[in-house]
Formats: sequence, C-alpha cells, structure tokens
Amino acid sequence: MRTWHLLWQQLRRYPSALVGLALIGLFVALSLYAVLAIPYREALLLWRGGEQWQDYPRNAAPAWTNWWRRSKLPETIVVRESSAEATVEETFPDGRRLRMTLAFPYGYGEFPQEMNLFVEADFIESRPFASLLWQTPDGRQFDLGTYRLRGRERISLSQNRDLARRLGAPAHIALLSEPGARPLELTGRVLPGEHRLILDLVMFEDDAEVSTKLISYGRVHGLAGTDHQRRDLMVALLWGTPIALAFGLLAAVGTTVTTLVVAAAGVWLGGWIDAAIQRITEVNMILPMLPVLVMVGALYSRSIWVMLGVVVLFGIFSAGIKMYRAMLLPVRDAPYIEAARAYGAGHWRIILRYMIPRVLPVLIPAFVTLIPSFVFLEASLAVLGLGDPVLPTWGKILNDAQSEGALYNGYYYWVVAPAVMLMLSGLGFAMLGFAMDRIFNPRLRAG
Amino acid sequence: MNEQSVNLTAAAATGSTVDPSVVVAARELHTWFELRRWGLFRVGNVRAVDGVSFELRRGEAAAFVGESGCGKSSLARTLLGLYRPTSGQVVFEGREMGGLDRGQRRDYRARVGYVQQDPYGALAPFMDVRRILREPLIVNRVGDRGERETRIRAALEEVGLSPPTDFLEKFPHMLSGGQQQRVVIARALILQPSLLIADEPVSMLDASVRVEILNLLRDIRRSRKLTLAFVTHDLSTVRHFAERIFVMYAGRMAEVAPVEALLARPRHPYTEALLAALPDPDPENAGRLRELPAGEPPSLLDPPSGCRFHPRCPHRIAGLCETREPPDFEVAPGHVAACWLNQE
Amino acid sequence: MIVKPERKPLLRVEGLRLHYRGERGIVRAVDDVGFEVARNQALVVLGESGCGKSSLVRALFRVLPRNVETCTGKVWFDGDDVMAWREEEFRRRIRGVRMALVMQAAMNALNPVVRVGEQVAEPLRLHLGWGRERARERAAEVFRLVGIPADFLRRYPFELSGGMRQRAVLAMALVTEPDLVVLDEPTSALDVLTQANIMNLLKRIKAKTKTSFILITHDIATSSEVADRVALMYAGQIVELNSADKFFRQPSHPYAKALLASVPRLRDGVRPESIPGRPPNLIEEVAGCRFAARCPVRFEMCGRMPEMSAVAGDGQVRCWLYDA
Repeated sequence: MRTWHLLWQQLRRYPSALVGLALIGLFVALSLYAVLAIPYREALLLWRGGEQWQDYPRNAAPAWTNWWRRSKLPETIVVRESSAEATVEETFPDGRRLRMTLAFPYGYGEFPQEMNLFVEADFIESRPFASLLWQTPDGRQFDLGTYRLRGRERISLSQNRDLARRLGAPAHIALLSEPGARPLELTGRVLPGEHRLILDLVMFEDDAEVSTKLISYGRVHGLAGTDHQRRDLMVALLWGTPIALAFGLLAAVGTTVTTLVVAAAGVWLGGWIDAAIQRITEVNMILPMLPVLVMVGALYSRSIWVMLGVVVLFGIFSAGIKMYRAMLLPVRDAPYIEAARAYGAGHWRIILRYMIPRVLPVLIPAFVTLIPSFVFLEASLAVLGLGDPVLPTWGKILNDAQSEGALYNGYYYWVVAPAVMLMLSGLGFAMLGFAMDRIFNPRLRAG
Repeated sequence: MNEQSVNLTAAAATGSTVDPSVVVAARELHTWFELRRWGLFRVGNVRAVDGVSFELRRGEAAAFVGESGCGKSSLARTLLGLYRPTSGQVVFEGREMGGLDRGQRRDYRARVGYVQQDPYGALAPFMDVRRILREPLIVNRVGDRGERETRIRAALEEVGLSPPTDFLEKFPHMLSGGQQQRVVIARALILQPSLLIADEPVSMLDASVRVEILNLLRDIRRSRKLTLAFVTHDLSTVRHFAERIFVMYAGRMAEVAPVEALLARPRHPYTEALLAALPDPDPENAGRLRELPAGEPPSLLDPPSGCRFHPRCPHRIAGLCETREPPDFEVAPGHVAACWLNQE
Repeated sequence: MIVKPERKPLLRVEGLRLHYRGERGIVRAVDDVGFEVARNQALVVLGESGCGKSSLVRALFRVLPRNVETCTGKVWFDGDDVMAWREEEFRRRIRGVRMALVMQAAMNALNPVVRVGEQVAEPLRLHLGWGRERARERAAEVFRLVGIPADFLRRYPFELSGGMRQRAVLAMALVTEPDLVVLDEPTSALDVLTQANIMNLLKRIKAKTKTSFILITHDIATSSEVADRVALMYAGQIVELNSADKFFRQPSHPYAKALLASVPRLRDGVRPESIPGRPPNLIEEVAGCRFAARCPVRFEMCGRMPEMSAVAGDGQVRCWLYDA
C-alpha cells in the first residue's frame, strides 16, 4: 500500500506519466464499458454480422465527419408505420383497403446511400397487396409498383433495376431529386421537404396487419461508422480494447515472468544449466517468430489464445534472457545473498525471493513498454489474416479495411480509428513506461 | 602445534569429541579454486587457503589478520560452509563438516552466524527489517508466527535497536550505517549460533561508529559465551576486541599469539612489517618514513617455495628460507610463529 | 616539519558555500568554509562520511553536478580570485594544470585499454599541448618519482597491482608539476602495507618538490602521516582548523576530542570510546552549533551558531568554549 502511494507521489511529477496514466485509464474504462454494455457472447454474435445489421448503412463514415463538410451527408432515417394506425379507406367482407402514409422529411443536401422498405405482413393465408406511390413535396408522383406481400420482406427500392430504368436513376436518387426542365431529367440536387411514400394496402383477412419501415440509409453513421457488412465499427473498437489489453498484458506477464525466472535460475545455478539456457536462447533468437506464428495460424489454429501461448513460449528464451542475465550477475554476488546462503536458504528461495525482487524495479518500466508491443503484434497478425476468426479486434478492422480496399475507396475512417486506438494504447504505455524508467533508474534522472 | 594438530585430526576422524571447550577446529584445511582459461582448460589452482590448522574455544575472540588476498576471507567462507574445502577438515562442535548430509549442513550453517563488511550490501534493499530478520527463521523452520515475532524483537533489543517497533518496518536505506550493521548482527544472532564470523565488520563504518559496533560485538560475545572470529586487515581495531590474533600470509598462518604478546614481541617478520605499517594518530608520523618490506604479496596461483614471505623478508636466511617451508615454532605458550628465525 | 607561513598563501578559501537541491530540500553540503594552504604544505581535510568533504573538492575544482542551488565564496589561487574566472579560463589555467585532483578510487578508473604511460602523459598533451616524445620523457620522469619502473609505461592498467595503479594515478596528477594536488581518499581501498607505501611516497614527493597537498580523508591515523595542518569538518562546516601538532596532541573542539578518542590505537592500552548519536543530516536546519546534540560539554550558548575563534598556536575553532 505504502509503496503504491510512494510510486504515485513520484509519478505525479512527470506530466508524461500522468498523460500515460490517463490514456491507460481511458482504455481500462472503455474495456469495462465494453464488457458491461455488450456481453461477450453478444459481441461475438454481433461481429458475426447478418440480418441484425439491416438497419445500418454500408461503409458509412462516422457522423462527426459532417463537422467539416460543407454539404452535410445524410444520416439514416427510419420511418415506421403500421396498418393498425393507418386510415381505413374501405372495408369489405373479410378484408379492407387502407392507405398508409410514410411521411419522409428529408433536409440533407446529399442523397442517401440507399433506400429500402421493410414490410412485415401478419396474415393466415391470403397475401395482402401493396401498391407503392412516391409523392414529392412539389406534388409529383411516382408509381413504384405493386407487390404481393409475403410474411417479411425487403423491398429494395434502390436495387430495383426496372424502377431505376424507369426513373432514369436509382430510386433513392431519382425520387429525392429536384426535377429538371423536362420530365425525368435529373438535376442531381436534392429537393428538400416532406416526401411521402404511400402504401395502398388491400388485405383479405379481418385481422391481418401490416407494418412497414422505410429506411433511407445514411452516408454517415454513429461515432465510428460502419463497414462493408453494415456492422457498426464501434463494436470492434470497443471490444478490441479489452482484448488488446488482455493480450498485451498476458503476453507481457507471461514472457517477462518466465524469462526472468529462467534467467535467474541460469545465473544462480550456473554450470551446464546456464550454458544450456544460453545456447537455447541463442538459437531461439535467430528463429524468426512471425513465420512461426504464420505457420501455426495456417496449420493449427488462429485462436487468439493459441497465438498467445506461442508468443509466450517463444518469448521465454528471448533476448531478454541475455539482458536479465547481465542484470542478475552482479546480484548473484551481492553480500545479502551470501548471507542468505550462510543461514541456509535454498536455491529456489534465493532465486525467487532474493534475486528476482532485486531487479524487478528496473524491469517494471520495460514491462510496461512491452505491453503495447504485444498489442501491436496481435494487430499485425490480424492484418496478415491470422487474427482470431470470431473476436472483434482492432486488427480485424484493419484486416477488413485492407481487404475491402478502404483507402482506395476513400473509407479512411475505417483505417484511422483502429490505428488511432493502437497508437494511443502504445503511447499511453510508453509514456508511463518512460516516466517509470526515470523513477526506477535514477541514473537517467540526472540528465 | 603441528604435531598436536595431527593427533587431533586422527581423533576427529574417529568421531570422538576431543575437547568440549573447542567450538570449531580446522585441520590442515585447504581451499583451492580451480582456474580455467575460457572456462575450459585448467590453468592451475588458486590456493586461497593452503594448509591451515587451528582451534577456537568457546567464548573466545580471535582475529584473523592479513592483507587482501591472504586467504582470510576464503577461510571465513570455508568455515561458514559456503566453500567446500579441497582437503582437510572443519570440525564444528565435535562433528566433521565433510560428513554432514544436507539437513545437517543446514543445521550447521544455522549454528554459525555471519557478519559482513558492507552492511548496506548485506541487507536486501527490498526487505524491511522484520522480513530480513524473519528470513533465517523461516528458512530454518523455527517457531510459529508469534514466536518468530518475539525472537525478532528480542534480537533487535539485544543489538541496541530499541524500541524494536521503531525499526521493524524500516528499509535498510532508511537506517544509518551503524544501524544497518546492528541489523546484520541481529540477523546473525537470531538463530542462536555458537560461532560468529565477522568479516571486516567495521571497515566500512565511520570512526565514531566503529567502536560502538565493536563494543556491541564484545558485549554479545560475553553475554552469550559466543566464539567470535574477526576477519580484518586492521590490527588496531582488533587490539582491544580480540584475545588471540592469527596473522595470515599467502594462504598460510604466519603467526598465532595472544594480542599482547603479538604486539609486544612479534616473532614473524611479516607481523613486524604489518605493525610497522600501521600508524596511530600522531603528528610525529609526518616527519619519518616507515620501514616497509619491498614488493607485493605473491600470487596464490604459484606461491614462492619455502617460506612464502622470503622474497620480501628483510631477515631472510639464505639457503634455508627459499627451500624449506618453516614449521610452526612454539616460541612461548600459545605463541606460534612459522619462521626459521625462531629455530633454536 | 614546520612550514614558515608565507605572506601570500598558495590557496585561500573564504566563505565557501555549496548547496544542492535535494529531493527533500536544500542540502547544505559545504557551509561557510574557509582555510589556507601555504606552498609545500599539506592540509588534511578530515571528516566522517557525509560531512561534505567531497563536495568541498567539487567546489574547489568547479566540477559541479546539475542540482547545485548555490555555489558562492572566494577562492584565491596564487593571488588570483579564480572563482570570478570564467569556466574556460579556469579549465585552461588551473584545473589539471596548476591544481590536480586524484579522485576517490581513481586507480580503478584508469582506462583499461590505454597504456598507463599514455594516460599519464595525457594531461601534458591535452592541457599544455606538448609533443608525444617530450610528454613521454616527462611521464618516465614522474614514474621514477612515484617509484614505478619506467618500463611499466608500456603496460596496461590490469597488468599493475592496486598499489602500482595508485602510484600511476598519482603520477598522472603530478605530471604537469602542479602547485597543488588534491587527493580524495587516496588510500582507503588499499591494504595496510600498500597504504603505508603510498604515504611514504607522498612524504618523499613533498620533500623533493614544492607541491602543496590537500588530503581529503576519513582515516584519522593515516591522515597524521603527512599532515602539516588539519581541517576537521562536521556537517558541512570546518569545526577545527589547526596545525597537525596541536590537533593530534591537544585537540580543542569537543568533536575533535571525541573523534580522536574513538580511534583504536595499536600502541596504546587506552580503550577507544564511541561518540553517541549521529550527525545531523545536511537538510535539517540546525539553529545552533551542529555538534551540540552530541556534545558532552554543551551549554546555553550552543543554541546559537558559533563563529570561528582563534585558539593557541594559529588554530581556529568553531565552538563557544573558545569564544574570546
């Protein structure tokens, strides 16, 4: 307790440490929020993608990018209506005709990305009819066709090629466009005001109901934007945080602790044990780790935990052994260790309780700066396509962005957001680590 | 002494207790270190301790004096069981150390306390005083939690760190040099040893603190009837705190004598040289040059033939000292010198 | 040996203060220190660890760490007020040329990959711009002076014993024929016989040359080997400054008395006595005499800081008992 307090007293004097701590605190808070707001299973399900994302636009930039856009990009507009609230025009035996009006006020200067109508009809056997009519604020009307409804369906206005041919452009552009001089000539400018989608429904069952949802997909969405599968990137950015922290921390702890114990054991026990450790390390140091990871990923498993295990395993006999060895050699000959031998302390007690604690303070800063390097490693693996197939991570976002040609297509946010998260996490740990280095290694302080 | 020690070796070998008042005895003790080039080829042996015999009695204060590299620290570490003797025996309370198994070896180590030169280095910087003192108890499975605490407090009281509560939670760097050395002594005492080996216990301390620590060691020795072995290069500090002095040179005993006899009439030229080299605070010193033997201590890898001091000795007897190793001459009761000058 | 005081001392220090910014406050390492060193005189600055004696050396040589709060006072070297000089001039004309320093454990700081001869000759080539040949000849000359065979010039430091290395370091300091050599704990890491040899050597050099010495040490017995005068430091101040004769025979300051009584003597049956308590750390503000808390003869005056007062001979003592 007191040591923590002392550490804090020291850290407080380094602005970089405070910034670093703030960043790490932010990431920890984000992790907590992610874990609490989106339970793990749900996060995995969400990230799998599919119908649950149908209300979201594809490849939409974050909403705040509108701040610096002269012409604001539209957000997603959802208009709902159900037959229960609609005006009944006519009733006849075993049925009724009614008109549903989906008022669609549109004030953006840019066209939406896409427009879809979702219709959910509740009936027993006779399928209702719906004829769709688009009414522009200036009174023009477009017949969008008649549909015989099934249970649930998506009427894709934008992708209806017949309609597009008829209107001269995809529906979401043609319908919202300001009329030109001649009929069907498009100016390419949005006609603002209240557009209406009128559904004339004929239902042949008394208790049949229809509910509809008109979605005008925006070109910006939320804080993080969406990807090619309409997934909100926020999910992966949020959930990427605890995964990155956990991976970085576990890998750093795993490698540091085991390496330290192995190095200390080598230094203390000496002889052939030390020689063996040194030779293994030298061989291991020239083995490139990345190809090994690629092989494991390709041939065995891409689970993040398997990767973690491999990273730790290869990390044990790393260059760290040489560094720790150099630090532990003078400790081995320290008088207090000789005293411990004199009162009968055994080998493992000396290694674990006398040698390692002595060098620990010097290692903590290095340990802190080691965490982000493992976070980066995980991201690199994901970019190489060796990321965990089910987990939403920062690296996965980058991987998707890369494979979808995000930068080529101008979806810079897709790359920038995870990159910023990676950089900030690196920065946070590095700033804290460097400040701690100054505290724990007073030699650096004189400068 | 030579003859006598041979007899004692025989007695010890048969396992019989020789003399209950003898706490520790060394018999023809050799501690050599193998020297290898590139860790492979044996170059030779560093003969740090090269044939040393003595006995220390209960409650006795003995000082092993010599220059660095004379083997006094290696001897101390051999007695502590930190180095395995190359040959010869250490007999501790009637039992030969070489024949001990692992558990007995640990017991033996617990019966010998160790006080080192550098008090700050001798204390683990990351442990507080309580943990420093608890470690030997835990390692040797002494007592339960409560009993350990009682012992720790008693040990602190005994070395004059009272009230103990003020010190239990301190880390070594918060203590002064003298206090650190007291903690080291408390740690050496906490297992109730019968022999305390102090390797230069005050050489790193300030003059005004030295006497305090030496007084403390003397008081503890008296109250506990402890055998105390000082290892030091400084004859003047042990003059008032040791009863017998063992002068070592190049891995061997040059002279052994009670303090007063040694100071009054040294019988080995090396002892004479040591005494001549040591100043007392005296303004007269500035006006005169000291007479000192030429040269440097010999290499322990290849010590000189005959008497090891002969290349530097001002009284060398030509034809004798270079060729024949001097035996231990008993010049007076309890006063032994390994020098041909004492030959009748 | 009695040195006739000259009218103009070689070194004169007045009101020297060196304060550091520490983690917990101002460290008053050197506080109002003044002394003189005459030509061919040896002054011993005696003090226990942490009394500020090493800081005194730093201030004299102007090799200061970064966290210096104040460094004030007057230092006259051979009549020149060198504290007022710019660093550049001080480096060119004084440090390493007329005033040489043998640092603590300097013998272990020799460059292991350069032959000792070259290291000894380096100050000549660096400070005085001498040619290689001339510098080598001079190096051989100082090697003879410090008692190292000339063929050792071509050896590497590891080929020399501890005593030899200490001699080499001394040679390095003497090579420019400085007026003043400052030795910081020159013998503390050496063995008894080696130590005595080095002290013999210093005595010889002092007799042969006109060099003055300042010997900084905690070793009271060894310090008496060369001292003409003794300055005893306690908690950043000089508490007694006196001739060696007076200091070792009849010390005046209570601390000096206690310190001398604490030295175990080989040729004397008197038991050494310890000094109870410990010195104040240099951060604490002590209102009065800094030794008062441990002093056996303190009285009410000791609550105020005493000034240096003259005592018999040509000594000065910082103690109210001697206040005239």
